[in-house]
Amino acid sequence: MPRQQLQQQPPQQEPLKGEAHGGDANVVPDGDEAMEEEVDQEGYASSTPTSSLTWISWFCSLPGHEYFCEVTEDFIEDEFNLTGLNSMVPFWKEAMEMVLDVEPEDSLKIPDVSIVEASAELMYGLIHQRYILTRFGLNAMAEKYEAGQFGTCPRVYCLACHVVPCGRSDMPGLDTVKLYCPNCNDIFTPPSSKFQGVDGAFFGTTFAHLFFQTFPQFAPAPYYSPSGLSTSAVSRSPGNSTQPAFVNPNPHGGQKPAAGKVYTPKIYGFRVSERAKSGPRMRWLRLRPEIPGELDQVDWRGRWIGSDDDEYEEDDDEDGEHHMEDFDPVGHNR
Amino acid sequence: MRRAVDELSTGSDSDYSNSWISWFLSSKGNEYFCEVEEDYILDRFNLTGLNTEVQNYTQALDLITDNLDDEIQDNEFRGSLDVQARLLYGLIHARWIITSRGLAKMLEKYKKADFGRCPRVLCQSQPLLPVGLSDIPYEKSVKLYCGRCEDIYSPKSSRHGSIDGAYFGTSFPHMLFLVYPAMIPPKSGPPDLTLSLSGSVRGDGGDGARRRRAREDPESVAEGVGDSVSTVSAALKAERYRPKIFGFQVHEIAKLQRWQEAVRDRQIGRLEELEERGVI
Repeated sequence: MPRQQLQQQPPQQEPLKGEAHGGDANVVPDGDEAMEEEVDQEGYASSTPTSSLTWISWFCSLPGHEYFCEVTEDFIEDEFNLTGLNSMVPFWKEAMEMVLDVEPEDSLKIPDVSIVEASAELMYGLIHQRYILTRFGLNAMAEKYEAGQFGTCPRVYCLACHVVPCGRSDMPGLDTVKLYCPNCNDIFTPPSSKFQGVDGAFFGTTFAHLFFQTFPQFAPAPYYSPSGLSTSAVSRSPGNSTQPAFVNPNPHGGQKPAAGKVYTPKIYGFRVSERAKSGPRMRWLRLRPEIPGELDQVDWRGRWIGSDDDEYEEDDDEDGEHHMEDFDPVGHNR
Repeated sequence: MRRAVDELSTGSDSDYSNSWISWFLSSKGNEYFCEVEEDYILDRFNLTGLNTEVQNYTQALDLITDNLDDEIQDNEFRGSLDVQARLLYGLIHARWIITSRGLAKMLEKYKKADFGRCPRVLCQSQPLLPVGLSDIPYEKSVKLYCGRCEDIYSPKSSRHGSIDGAYFGTSFPHMLFLVYPAMIPPKSGPPDLTLSLSGSVRGDGGDGARRRRAREDPESVAEGVGDSVSTVSAALKAERYRPKIFGFQVHEIAKLQRWQEAVRDRQIGRLEELEERGVI
């Protein structure tokens, strides 16, 4: 839907609830023509103070807004994509005009530009949450991801794995943006305070995980065998060179070798015993099995299969024991 | 060398208040270090073996203890001596902070969160402790250990990221929690600020805070980790993040998390049995 449409149909934009969708249906078919017109208009629009810079590019270039990608105008102009948002954003029409760089229809009605600015930011953020779940949005974010624009995981043994922005809620105003690391499957506070003004809902709860489902080549596999000891995992891949031949037997799973080292607390070089009060209690949080098959030893309720509620069945216990121990001798001092 | 300038600018102030150590501690980027008491440095027994690690050991030691002759005018030598003095101080520091007095000093810094807070969201800004990955200098930079998730993180700022990890050593945070079990962070809920407000003496303040909490909420006794409280099943209280797509868990990650929790439960089972038998 072109900008003119917004200007031509002000009455339909007035009500907060989605009456405007009637108009929507009329608009979509002639989208092509409208696009051409819009391109023409762009030349005109550039006479605004920000000149060639669109509101969207300007917004995305602000400090703290580095995680945003630019939502295409045709995505915003398709009202179907905005279903339900107009009830969440005050001064919807004015905000829309601002985001799309349309000259305000009747500037008298705008009480204060800063209010509209806040609305425009909220609207853009909520549209952004939806946009980055589309193919175009995911691709745009993948580009930023590969360039490392979201930063790296602060956890030492994730070995600077790239992270993606992520919200803890899809509703705005609840929590700020966080960073999700696909290697430790955990979320972190962004390192700079400039991101503390960015709402997590502008990225949403789904994006980070849909992203790694869409691009499994970026997602670390759920198992890890310390190189050298690896026999089982490598046997799946031909040749001895693990790196190029890495294949996760689960075709829908992560296709990147994981950084699976887990920190081992030591005092004077001796591991702190789990029997100590201050002994390790959280290794499980970062642990990965050595071979993918081990994941199947746990049923959907989270119990060891065949252990019949007794965690001390020889088989499992030995397996686990072997597991916990094996990380350390390799790691010397690490 | 910068120090020489500093000294000039501070003018004729007494040299005693402006010792090398206090200058070192107050310079930017050295916030993680605590003050090593002079008595400790002057006891040669504590420095055993360091003379082979540090060049110009004697002068470096003199510089740290403010006994260096001011006659040394060679700027280049002065500069290299400064580097060696930092190395020496760092290595002494690594030994000092695992003594009982050093631990107490670092505990104060920990309570003020001088080492930063855990970046993991579910650790709820748990204060961190510095840790090395090697006890040998020039190998690995300093990392930060979180007592809640029991994992290590890289410092946020590059100023801290370039500090040698050997100046803190591999044992320090674990020694601290071994000596001060009351300081072991609970696995859930916000970090216990009452402990950070309590005075320098751990005993009364900490106990009082725990008792106060106990009155408010009978469950919190098990939550806060005290001297008498078992940590065997503490991990059950730990929160974790569950990735979801439109509210649904992601298959492969959910499977891994189930496996991890089964490993956790197995450890808890193992420890509970030991506890029942009275071994721990």
